[in-house]
Amino acid sequence: MILDKITNLPAAVDTAKKAAESSSDPSWIMHHVLDANSISFGPLGTLNLPHFQLFGIDFSITRDIFIIWVVSAILILLSILAARGYKKSLIPKGLSNLFEIIIEFVRDEIVKPSIGKGYTAYMPYMLTLFFFVLFCNLFGLIPAPNLIVPTGNIAVTAALAGISFIAIQYSGIKSYGFIKYFKNLVPAGMPGWIVVVIIPLELLGLFTKPFALCVRLFANMIAGHIVIFSLVGLIFIMHTVYVAPVSVGFTLFIELLEILVALIQAYIFTMLTALFIGMAKHMEH
Amino acid sequence: MFTGFSLPFVAVIAEGGSSLIEVNPGVIIWTVATFIILLLILKKFAWKPILFALEQRETAIKESLEKAQTAKEEAQKILDQNQVNLAKAEEESKQIINQSRVYAEKLKDQIIQDSKSEAKKMIEEAAAEIERKKDAAFDELKNQVAEIAVLAAEKIIREKLDGETQKKIVDKFIGEITKN
Repeated sequence: MILDKITNLPAAVDTAKKAAESSSDPSWIMHHVLDANSISFGPLGTLNLPHFQLFGIDFSITRDIFIIWVVSAILILLSILAARGYKKSLIPKGLSNLFEIIIEFVRDEIVKPSIGKGYTAYMPYMLTLFFFVLFCNLFGLIPAPNLIVPTGNIAVTAALAGISFIAIQYSGIKSYGFIKYFKNLVPAGMPGWIVVVIIPLELLGLFTKPFALCVRLFANMIAGHIVIFSLVGLIFIMHTVYVAPVSVGFTLFIELLEILVALIQAYIFTMLTALFIGMAKHMEH
Repeated sequence: MFTGFSLPFVAVIAEGGSSLIEVNPGVIIWTVATFIILLLILKKFAWKPILFALEQRETAIKESLEKAQTAKEEAQKILDQNQVNLAKAEEESKQIINQSRVYAEKLKDQIIQDSKSEAKKMIEEAAAEIERKKDAAFDELKNQVAEIAVLAAEKIIREKLDGETQKKIVDKFIGEITKN
């Protein structure tokens, strides 16, 4: 299988070359985009990540997990540096200002209008979510071989959506109590036969929201990468260098578009989570 | 060459290997754990201090704005009061001037009146004095005339006293004196 043959190739471009030479099999794109157990640093070599299993679940540290840790470390470092800027004076400079713009945006444009009263309790979660998704998305823009966007892994977005789901249910249960919250899902004053139809629909609705969150972020982030990789791969598939200017031009365009998408998707994910939390908090039937 | 390119997803899924939409539970658990630890760390070391600082700054700005507003209102109040006071003072000074004008007028009238009456009195006194002096002078004249007359009479009597003629002369003389 090609996947096995090319796992440890140093660069993604080489992957594409090899695949294009061997056959018309397109799996080289998938290979690049899929999660892996190694990180290639091009000519510097390959880092093989540890495998292990626990309770029958594969707990291997995959490439995406590793990238998430790197992203988290960068985020922790930068945000602590930003927080330190406030120690000297209430009017900070540089990095703190950049963080402040984003924090105030999240607070005043996303969380405050969506959640309303009592929004402060959700601020740390919403900020972490926004920054985490944003940093993951932006990290994917680094044009290094084998470093792909962690939010392009459906398991990662599923995890984030799962946390959103818990946050949404938590806010609803907290403001109405466990029984009343689920009672509120069905509008009052409905005839009996409609209630029978509505209950499964509403229960399904609880899960479709985070499912949509998960798929939207995953699809948006992976799509850009597949397009970029395919554009580069075009050079090797067509066996001609004359297609390179077209490929590079389009890649640049998509790459710029990806910056926009990275910001928009972070915004949408946070915005929708905040909106759902707010809806669960103030159910008006 | 391009035929196989159209369905990459299907190709990989068909291979039986990992696919794009295959959800790896290990990755989910790792991600959740990472996110929760990240949330706790950032909450403690970044979001709390930053949000606190932002809130503090907003409160400070709000307070100073309110203070400025209060100060402005106070200044306006003082200005208004000053204006009122100024107007009052002006009014008062006007009143004082008017009053003093009236008083001066009155004083002037009185002084004129007083000096007039004084003058009148002085004239009257002078007139009376003149009258008195005139009377006195007249009395003296009368006495002197009488004396002169007596002396003259004596002289005449001594020189030529001849009955009737002398008597006529004396009578005439006396009558002339009384007439005067």
